[in-house]
Amino acid sequence: MPDAVIAFEAASKTYAPKANAKGGGHAALSEVSLSVQAGEVFGVIGASGAGKSTLIRLINGLEKPTGGRVVVDGDDVAALGVEGLRALRRRVGMIFQHFNLLSSKTVADNVAFPLKLAGRPAVEVKARTAELLARVGLSDQATKYPAQLSGGQKQRVGIARALATGPKILLCDEATSALDPETTEQILDLVSNLNRELGLTIVLITHEMDVVRRVCDRVAVLEAGRVVETGPVEDVFLHPASATTRRFVREADGEPAAEAVLAGRVVRLTFRGEATYKPVLGQVARATGVDYSILGGRIHRLRETPYGQLTLALTGGDVDAAIARFQAEGVRVDPVLAGEGA
Amino acid sequence: MNNIDWAEIGQATLDTLTMLGGSMVLTVALGLPLGVILFLTGKGQMLENRVANGLLSLLVNILRSVPFVILLIVMIPLTVALVGTSLGVQGAIPPLVAGAAPFFARLVETALREVDKGVIEASFAMGARRRQVVLGALLPEAMPGIIAAATVTAIALVSYTAMAGVVGAGGLGDLAIRFGYQRFQTDVMVVTVVLLLILVQALQMVGDTVVRRVSHR
Repeated sequence: MPDAVIAFEAASKTYAPKANAKGGGHAALSEVSLSVQAGEVFGVIGASGAGKSTLIRLINGLEKPTGGRVVVDGDDVAALGVEGLRALRRRVGMIFQHFNLLSSKTVADNVAFPLKLAGRPAVEVKARTAELLARVGLSDQATKYPAQLSGGQKQRVGIARALATGPKILLCDEATSALDPETTEQILDLVSNLNRELGLTIVLITHEMDVVRRVCDRVAVLEAGRVVETGPVEDVFLHPASATTRRFVREADGEPAAEAVLAGRVVRLTFRGEATYKPVLGQVARATGVDYSILGGRIHRLRETPYGQLTLALTGGDVDAAIARFQAEGVRVDPVLAGEGA
Repeated sequence: MNNIDWAEIGQATLDTLTMLGGSMVLTVALGLPLGVILFLTGKGQMLENRVANGLLSLLVNILRSVPFVILLIVMIPLTVALVGTSLGVQGAIPPLVAGAAPFFARLVETALREVDKGVIEASFAMGARRRQVVLGALLPEAMPGIIAAATVTAIALVSYTAMAGVVGAGGLGDLAIRFGYQRFQTDVMVVTVVLLLILVQALQMVGDTVVRRVSHR
């Protein structure tokens, strides 16, 4: 793919075994292959210990792969020398779960830090810092210290700092996991805006499906160091193929209603875009004489696209005809197997 | 209070302050880099080196385990080589530094370990060189701890100077021993001890104030 700015080519990372441990090392990542396109928001979701942190750290060389390659913006990260790696890191910003601001420096000095590291002239540093603080809405906090800020403000400082050297890529390491829901939303909005306005390519790792649903274009699901599923968020979210993904989706939506006790065919209907708002259910039921019981459902948005998903038990009438009519209306119908969940 | 020779006490105070000032400057100048190297060569750190760390650690432990009075005497040949004499205030400074610098280095190492690893990682992620990480992030972040360590070290040096009388360095502690203890002039002892107490209090207050000024946690 010509537009891939980040490519994992069968990248593996095995940590050396502890001196006192038996057996081999611990494999954090096993032959991960992924590509991230320029300008997209790419999510990586996984439980803790799945290898997310290692994966994101391979991109800016904080970790080196023990097998395969990671190519970022044309460079094989592991092959870069000290100066090459520094140059790459100026093109790849990173924000962190715990913000990792310097407590000894003011907000402005934190934002200016990467510019000073790069040896930019003082006049430029000052102007750029002011510009960045304005972008994240913290111009009036410039002389404060991080300890005087709220969590959301700290993450804004982190974002301003990550953007200082004008990167093409922004890495978000569980960037909203330490924030309350409202602040999470504000930070995710800011990240989305940066993606749109600056054309930043964003890679974010998270354990929350909700974060993926709100901002990501594509997602990879990581389990025990392997990618178990990858694709556009809509597909992965609405039609999860792996048990791990289904678990994340269920966490984001809450547990579905009990099912399988009912007679009839249990199906899951997926409405996307305009179909979400059509009164399809009643029309089909009347036309085919089918009765339906709603076992579970959700209506939400994936970024800007509305969608609905309903799990129904269909009884009586012509069930096959009903399913055909649903499909004709642009509604996807999937049979639900016992125990699979909604 | 008629047997108190105030001129002598004045001279002793001056000697104590000279020894303290001179040895403190050198203790920081040697102990700070030593502490940084001890930290950086430690396990999981950016210059991890078991051999170097082991050797430095051993050196620090040897110097720290020798009682200061013994150090004063054992070091005489080295002291002569360094400052030309083993006597007086000048002769006391090398052993004072040898006793205090390893102590300070350990405290610095501990202060550096307290620095959030995430901040170090973030600095590297921003494209910092190792040197920039140490000077621009690690040391500033550890500064409150390092200043607290310097305060503790300065106060330890005050009590070390009391023993420097062994090599004729004078000072308040020496006065307390020679007049107060050996000649039973209790009032001299009380005055010198009060002066030492004031010195220690002043050091602690200054140290605490500076720590508060540089700490923004």
